[in-house]
Amino acid sequence: MADVPTDAPEHCPGTTSEQAGKSSACQGCPNQTICASGAAKAPDPAIEEIKLKMATVKHKILVLSGKGGVGKSTFSAHLAHALASDDSKEVGLLDIDICGPSVPKIMGLEGEQYVEDNLAVMSIGFLLGSPDDAVIWRGPKKNGMIKQFLRDVDWGELDYLIVDTPPGTSDEHLSAVQYLSGAGIDGAVIITTPQEVSLQDVRKEIRFCQKVQLPVIGVVENMSAFVCPKCKNTSQIFPPTTGGAQRMCEELGLTLLGKVPLDPRIGRSCDEGKSFLNEVPDSPAAAAYQTIVQSIKDYCSSNATPAPNSH
Amino acid sequence: HKHTLTHNSFSIIFYHCECVLYQVGILDVDLCGPSIPRMLGVSQQEVHQCDSGWVPVYADPQQRLALMSIGFLLDDPSEAVVWRGPKKTALIGQFVRDVAWGELDVLLVDTPPGTSDEHLAVLENLRKHRVDGAVLVTTPQAVSIGDVRREITFCKKTGVKILGIVENMSGFVCPHCSVRHAHPLTPEAPPTSLLQYRVTIFTNTTHNFTTVHNTSSTIQSYYIH
Repeated sequence: MADVPTDAPEHCPGTTSEQAGKSSACQGCPNQTICASGAAKAPDPAIEEIKLKMATVKHKILVLSGKGGVGKSTFSAHLAHALASDDSKEVGLLDIDICGPSVPKIMGLEGEQYVEDNLAVMSIGFLLGSPDDAVIWRGPKKNGMIKQFLRDVDWGELDYLIVDTPPGTSDEHLSAVQYLSGAGIDGAVIITTPQEVSLQDVRKEIRFCQKVQLPVIGVVENMSAFVCPKCKNTSQIFPPTTGGAQRMCEELGLTLLGKVPLDPRIGRSCDEGKSFLNEVPDSPAAAAYQTIVQSIKDYCSSNATPAPNSH
Repeated sequence: HKHTLTHNSFSIIFYHCECVLYQVGILDVDLCGPSIPRMLGVSQQEVHQCDSGWVPVYADPQQRLALMSIGFLLDDPSEAVVWRGPKKTALIGQFVRDVAWGELDVLLVDTPPGTSDEHLAVLENLRKHRVDGAVLVTTPQAVSIGDVRREITFCKKTGVKILGIVENMSGFVCPHCSVRHAHPLTPEAPPTSLLQYRVTIFTNTTHNFTTVHNTSSTIQSYYIH
């Protein structure tokens, strides 16, 4: 049964929730008996199907952020590029930001799925008729699409699958974790800027990970500092008034994977669909990215077989 | 709108310009990432009930700016709101119906990025009231403009008039050498077809938000008719 059936009342708690069939909103709903009996809560068969499909994918990494605009998709794209720079590895990048799919643009793709021989990309951006098309979908429809991406895309043998998400802690995130719960996720990388408004939302993201038992590989602080191309002095456009990601990681016992400075050339590369790791390898931002990517690779190798998440 | 950071800030800047004259409400429907309470310095406040419903939190002693956000309903600001669409939709309905806003000249609704449950819930609940229109916020980068194009489509499909587009973080003034740069992430000029207003963000060594918007030239460029 769908999470919220079409004949469900206004405050339907969802067929898989603990309140299914029992909440006051359920009175009079035609599905009430089924929900209350627990029949609707049987695990979705797609989870087992996806587990089988994903057996050929060695490592799965989710990229999360609390806030939008912190550089999550940029990071996911460049993580994919960096991992694929080793020709012996096969890398996949899945963009489940259904309303705001940025990955195709950042990867320089108009419709093709392969960026390099060993780097494949999937995004709803590819399924839209025009770049102006808006995907105005509610949660249940988005969940269906994510299930399709995970179950029906033929990923083949992959060393790494990176899943880029929209900001927040909602349908897309729950569905990604739920549908991959059989297959297992190595962990999540959380992206932030130094500002407290961003960190505030990262703390929520971390709680989400704890709630769904998703290990946190570490935190990346983006837009840490800006080096003026003219005078070469460093400024902080987003000052870490509460200690930035560093203090937060210390407080919460998490790994700070690295700090990436603001380099105008990153934005230009993304707008042109190129990897700035190739375009500007001497940039301090490129160096920061490479260190971060190495830490992620080390984490994955020490985590040879990810345990299925219990959610 | 791609960048939640910028459109929160924009709601607040609008308030600072307008509140002297108007009674303003801000409804924060970013349920996963509610930043409005913090940005207005009232994150410790709570919401109470009265006979006409939930009492909004006032950001100023004169009570000219009323706020409602899920941020006020959480015991712990680090608590994650991990809700699927239907539950988000239900709460937003309550925010519109059950908050005792009082007499307002303007209600600003601050939304999360995207075109999904929250956006549809707001429009559905405001349908019987008049929605004057939407202000879209972007930065100059192509990925942000890409998302704004989709927001424009959303507005067209849902019959919401677009009052204008604000390009935030158009430029940056280096505090050391005072050279003005284009947006730190995009040295090139963005497509002008989407732009109606340009806003520059100034920075200074203390980087105090109050200081930023007190600069009279900054207020000039933010003011919208």
